[in-house]
Amino acid sequence: MNTLAQTQNASKTPARATILRPALSVLATLTLITGLAYPLATTVVAQLTMPNQANGSLVVDENGKVVGSALIGQQFDKPGEFWGRLSATGNKPYDGVNSGGSNLGPSNPALIKAVSARIDALKKADPGNTRPIPVDLVTASGSGLDPDISRAAAYYQIPRVARVHGIGEAQLKALVDRTASRPLFGYFGEAKVNVLALNRALTKLH
Amino acid sequence: MNSSFLLLMIAFLAVLGLTVRPMGAWMAPMAEGRFANGAFARFDQRLLRLMGVDANTGMGWKQYTLALIVFNALGALLLYALQRLQGGLPFNPQHFGAVSADSSFDTAVSFVTNTNWQGYSGESTMSYLTQMMGLAVQNFLSAATGIAIAFALIRGFSRRESTDVGNFWADVMRITLYLLLPMAFVMALVLVNQGVLQNLSSYVSYTGFAGHAQTLAMGPVASQEAIKMIGTNGGGFFNANSAHPFENPTALTNFLQMLAIFIIPAGLCHVFGRLVKDTRQGWAILAIMTLIFVACAIGVAAFEQQGNPLFGKLGIDQLASALQAGGNMEGKEVRFGISASSLFAAVTTAASCGAVNAMHDSFTALGGMIPMWLIQLGEVIFGGVGSGLYGMLVLAILAVFVAGLMVGRTPEYLGKKIEPYEMKMVALAILVTPTLVLLGTSVAVLTGAGQAGVANPGPHGFSEILYAFSSAANNNGSAFAGLSANTPFYNGMLAAAMWFGRFAMIVPVMALAGSLAKKKILPVSNGTMPTHDALFVVLVIGTVLLVGALTYIPALALGPIVEHLSLWAGH
Repeated sequence: MNTLAQTQNASKTPARATILRPALSVLATLTLITGLAYPLATTVVAQLTMPNQANGSLVVDENGKVVGSALIGQQFDKPGEFWGRLSATGNKPYDGVNSGGSNLGPSNPALIKAVSARIDALKKADPGNTRPIPVDLVTASGSGLDPDISRAAAYYQIPRVARVHGIGEAQLKALVDRTASRPLFGYFGEAKVNVLALNRALTKLH
Repeated sequence: MNSSFLLLMIAFLAVLGLTVRPMGAWMAPMAEGRFANGAFARFDQRLLRLMGVDANTGMGWKQYTLALIVFNALGALLLYALQRLQGGLPFNPQHFGAVSADSSFDTAVSFVTNTNWQGYSGESTMSYLTQMMGLAVQNFLSAATGIAIAFALIRGFSRRESTDVGNFWADVMRITLYLLLPMAFVMALVLVNQGVLQNLSSYVSYTGFAGHAQTLAMGPVASQEAIKMIGTNGGGFFNANSAHPFENPTALTNFLQMLAIFIIPAGLCHVFGRLVKDTRQGWAILAIMTLIFVACAIGVAAFEQQGNPLFGKLGIDQLASALQAGGNMEGKEVRFGISASSLFAAVTTAASCGAVNAMHDSFTALGGMIPMWLIQLGEVIFGGVGSGLYGMLVLAILAVFVAGLMVGRTPEYLGKKIEPYEMKMVALAILVTPTLVLLGTSVAVLTGAGQAGVANPGPHGFSEILYAFSSAANNNGSAFAGLSANTPFYNGMLAAAMWFGRFAMIVPVMALAGSLAKKKILPVSNGTMPTHDALFVVLVIGTVLLVGALTYIPALALGPIVEHLSLWAGH
């Protein structure tokens, strides 16, 4: 800790030397360390030890072709597929370079319109299904790239998918339960089903 | 609200509580400005001498403040230049051109002030070099600046009859290299393990499983994500921020991200207690923060779980069950559901982080109002790294002053007499942000350029503008993101709010630090009001809520409260 006199002495040296020199050297040093050395070192370690995750957890089919990422949702809209969340990304749904939500407020008529359009599409594909629709199936996700739906949302779609493929509903329910991931320690996180994994498992049933 | 939310919050606070002492022990030597003699201390001295810094030379508060402002202004210039020149620089596989002048200016100010308000969309605007060497660097440096100021203010309390509040250069170097960098490196690798990207590749294109073409943005995400949370910065690598599966892929990363936001602000309370040689003082401050936080977080979860009344008529199931989270899922991710989205929203707005894992614009009227109000309280409930503690200490001084008036004694806090000069600085520091928020909102509401940005009709549109200025002036950075804010009007207005919200508050806080350091420390007597007991906690909570309520309830009544009432009335 300084005495009064020492500090006054220090403040007599020209401001340029006491402020600008350390300002520039500290900024340059920390920029190189935190802006280049740190991210590049992290990249090297990540690429050497965890290349799969570091490069996007890509999913490859039997022929070695990339068909998606385990973490990123895709558009599914055929009656024979399990559908995912609504996606409000850019000009087309599930646009991986334009992430984002709808940002529609709870009282916005445009929200009710988007939700109603989804309900109509679900009803049209499965007119006999009168059960209440799980909310995540009619709302847009925050990222627009949500890979998951709730188990309720998967169950809701079973009658439609079963009819299209001529598979028993019980068999599909077992498939959903097999694909679903449980919350961590039974409590952290949500009971969810990865839609891409579910649809891939579905084609393997044939 | 349901039991899963309560369990999550309790687990979160319990883990956070366990970090307080170790974090305090880690940071206290930096705050004291000295390390035990040995190889490390020698390395530290030599490194600083290389920078032209003599760590043993202290600074007066004016010199400290000047150094801080010069350092931050130079940082802003560098970040501006990087954005403007990125087209010709390396690490740009997508060949992004220069960012526009007004957006670059807004973003430079935004990241230097620890706000990280983002008018741009990361994955379609910024080169990897700009992300790494521009944005992420300021994630480190703005955080270090905030912590340095907290250190200076703590020294104001702990030192007696001194003009020395520390050496800014030594503080920034030490905080960045010995605290933030090791934390960020470890966290980045954990994030990668869970699925966060860390590469320098160009974007990946393929034909998806169902036959739709898809392109995925890539990049060095994890290294930036880690410091984004640890430094309470909040600026996402991608537009969707922590809602993006490549930024925040699992329940575990979400938990870690929330923890990373609070870990330094909570630990700093303990540093405060250690330096004033009475750790109870630090725990009291932490208790104040925690109590307000818990009440607000429960509120958010309750309103979000309640869902949207307009959905009931459409035959939608919003009830929570073992099979679904239910509630208001618009703008939320299934892997986070209502519980982890609500808790994250409370954490990110209590602290001035501003990262989001769900879109606040789509929250229910009152579920979205609470995060906005947490911001408006001045980012003192944990708050930004450093800024949360110094903001809270300013309010604690106000509380002590009010108590002193009630009993007719000269108020003192930790043996430091609180006199007219200190109260002037406190008043200035408290009044800066409300002035910026309310004036800025009024100007935007009254001008065509301001109204043009609004995305949602009715009172919600007003909420979008109010949220934007609250977020900017209090250096939070989250948004009701429907607002189209990447316009010259908003870029200019919000940049001004961010800059003055940060530095016009820092100057009186530093003046306070300087003036407190000069004072004697009076011994505790019979008449001294204890500042570590329940009465003091209640008194400060009252002060925080009163200042926040009186300032903002009229404005909130025009936005979220009207929206809530009309929604539930069925309109």
